[in-house]
Amino acid sequence: MSAETIATIWAFLIATAVFLYVCMDGFDLGVGILFPWIHGKEDRDLAVNTVAPVWDGNETWLILGGGGLFAVFPLAYATIMPAIYMPIIVMLLALVFRGVAFEMRFRAATPGQHAWWDRSFSGGSYVATLAQGIALGALVQGVEVQGRAYAGGWWDWLSPFSIVTGLALLAGYGLLGACWLVWKTEGELQEQVRGLARGLGWLTLGFIALVSAVVPFLLPAFRDRWFDFPVILTALPVPILVVVLAWRLFRGLDEAGGGREHRRVVWRDGIPFACALGLFFLAYTGLGISIWPTIVPPSITIWEAAAPRDSQLFLLVGAVVLIPVVLAYTGYVYWLFRGKVKAGEGYH
Amino acid sequence: MLWDAFPSALDLARFQFAFTVTFHFLFPAFTIGLASYLAVLEGLWIWTGRSLYLDLFRYWLKVFAVNFAMGVVSGIVLSYQFGTNWSVFADRTGPVLGPLLGYEVLTAFFLEAGFLGVMLFGLGRVGRGLHFAATCLVAIGTLISGFWILAANSWMQTPTGYILGPDGRFLPGDWWEIVFNPSFPFRYLHTITGAYLTTAMIVGAVGAFHLLRDRWNERARVMFSMAMWMAAAVAPAQAVFGDMQGLWALHYQPQKVAAMEGHWETQRGAPLILFGLPDMERQETRLALGIPRLGSLILKHEWDGEVLGLKAFPPEARPTNVPLVFWSFRIMVGLGLLMIALGMVSLWLRWRRALHERDWFLRWAVAMGPSGLLAVTFGWITTEAGRQPYTVYGHLTTAESVSPIAAPAVATSLVLFIVVYFVVFGAGIWYLFRLFRHPPEAEESGAESEPPIRSAGITPAPSVNPDRAAEARPQPAE
Repeated sequence: MSAETIATIWAFLIATAVFLYVCMDGFDLGVGILFPWIHGKEDRDLAVNTVAPVWDGNETWLILGGGGLFAVFPLAYATIMPAIYMPIIVMLLALVFRGVAFEMRFRAATPGQHAWWDRSFSGGSYVATLAQGIALGALVQGVEVQGRAYAGGWWDWLSPFSIVTGLALLAGYGLLGACWLVWKTEGELQEQVRGLARGLGWLTLGFIALVSAVVPFLLPAFRDRWFDFPVILTALPVPILVVVLAWRLFRGLDEAGGGREHRRVVWRDGIPFACALGLFFLAYTGLGISIWPTIVPPSITIWEAAAPRDSQLFLLVGAVVLIPVVLAYTGYVYWLFRGKVKAGEGYH
Repeated sequence: MLWDAFPSALDLARFQFAFTVTFHFLFPAFTIGLASYLAVLEGLWIWTGRSLYLDLFRYWLKVFAVNFAMGVVSGIVLSYQFGTNWSVFADRTGPVLGPLLGYEVLTAFFLEAGFLGVMLFGLGRVGRGLHFAATCLVAIGTLISGFWILAANSWMQTPTGYILGPDGRFLPGDWWEIVFNPSFPFRYLHTITGAYLTTAMIVGAVGAFHLLRDRWNERARVMFSMAMWMAAAVAPAQAVFGDMQGLWALHYQPQKVAAMEGHWETQRGAPLILFGLPDMERQETRLALGIPRLGSLILKHEWDGEVLGLKAFPPEARPTNVPLVFWSFRIMVGLGLLMIALGMVSLWLRWRRALHERDWFLRWAVAMGPSGLLAVTFGWITTEAGRQPYTVYGHLTTAESVSPIAAPAVATSLVLFIVVYFVVFGAGIWYLFRLFRHPPEAEESGAESEPPIRSAGITPAPSVNPDRAAEARPQPAE
């Protein structure tokens, strides 16, 4: 295989890792985002316990995204990270607050301490999500590069567009979290998050429309891509799919709950979550189409950023074997903890 | 002017990395040993059927969960910091080091994180055998993780197997030589053994603490005894691994060893300096108290072997903080000697059938609780401060490696790191102490909830097998 082919394969693999991260940590960050609306210790414990066995594995995809970038696109890693220095640092610190809260909530000695760890869990989820969305916006709007180094200032990431993407991700992760809880819980809590999911669903659709309208005008390259008739007509199914998924999402939310213990209930209650993931996939693909083939818009392409062929190949051999294995046992763990979560579960 | 006193972006970035990596490593140093210890405890429980081992397993599992969470979140910070603060380093070394870290994620992090959920929440769900397998996979994951990160760090210390590109990038030549670079094998052994000792010291201290309160707490007796076996067996071995590593360093990083020893002049029959005050300006070690010729004997294994001093190297190739290297090394060695002594005394007391009976010995063991963490930390400071001014030894300096980020940005992030780490990890460590203070009891709550986890009953497979659930409950002590 030529170096270009391998780099292209890696671009898809890294994009997949980041997307898996967005899906998986998205819903567990989303649970934190919904915390202000979930009241009472029992419901909150229940909500946390739906993600407690898997959050750690979910976050590992973030390390694969960062570590993989370092390994196979070191130039991208070395220019993007300084460009989004502050959002990245703030996101990492927010994840610190949130990650330890999983354990500390259950170790708290007093109700006061418990309340603080709840705030740490929820606040951390908000800040981490906002920072991720802002970082994404800052990358898409373009990064100033000279030679092999970032050449901008340390506030370049802040723009109206990056704020919009930050808020959009808050709505989106909130939607994922709400749909996840619709799937994993029942009774009153499920009823409550169904309502939240509807609101967040509309909000997310609004943000998808807004960002889609703005992106083509951000950089000249994007405009050329999106107004390249008739090629762009091949992207026409995308908005149609968005509408179909949104319709199925809201119908799924109407149908969720009710019905007694039956295995079909689990699958039926999972439909809104699947639709929400589908919306994320379409939005993510849209961004991918915009920036392809650059990895650091507007100047560095995936081939320019690629590590030498030897480095890419060395890791690719392992990745081809190991990623399916990882997916298999990750799937096994999810399957092990399948079904509705009941009060009082967990090891604490 | 205020700005004149403001540290440079480089110094701030260095301090930030030192702070975050030092804080981080406290957690894996304990996790690596504790994961293996948990696997041993669960194995003993299954093998002997004694509920006492399950109680101990659950007792330490709670500690493990808190410690692991702190290790994960402080570790993610590091995987991004190469890019945020050391972008030139990332660009130049990415082709060589990136794949090693990539393999660490793929072979270790996913394994640990994936099966941690089963380990913490799965005892009532999967039955003993599978649960034990999960515990073992987490333990193996910690060892694999150490393998890759030590390979990467050792390559930075003794780079081999690469080709230097025209643009200053390090390109891979021979992956075998990159991974198994000269300093890697003994540094890996030294680190893993250090982690095992760290755990032995903490487990021993907790056991001793409870024995001082209740001499007949059977669980405390067992954990204390296990920890002391570990100390007696591993602490002397650690001294040997340390010596081996020192000999490699002498070959590849003579400046570092000269700084560790406080030697400025090249000499035959060099003394072993026990204490002294290395003075960078006067280029001498003042008030040196040493044993004649022993330095040459240890380093060269002959009485009048020639040992290079710092002055044999140009100033720009010497460690930038000699006293730090000199003192960190002595603290590590001193603590190591205390651990060896503890292990030896434990053997003697055990032989006298008085291991659990002597208050002074138990108090000593309590005091030694943090010694492993401290020794590991000062060991890392020795090796990392000692390899300055380079990130890739002899080829890429720390000053060249830094990101083009303004000092105020780095200062801001550094302050945030310090505040957040002290608050969050301070609280975490406080909870760890609360767990330690609680005596290990029969029917320790833990890995499985009571009543046994009952999944909704609407799932395709019977997730609650009544036989299994009964099996997983503690069995009466024999």
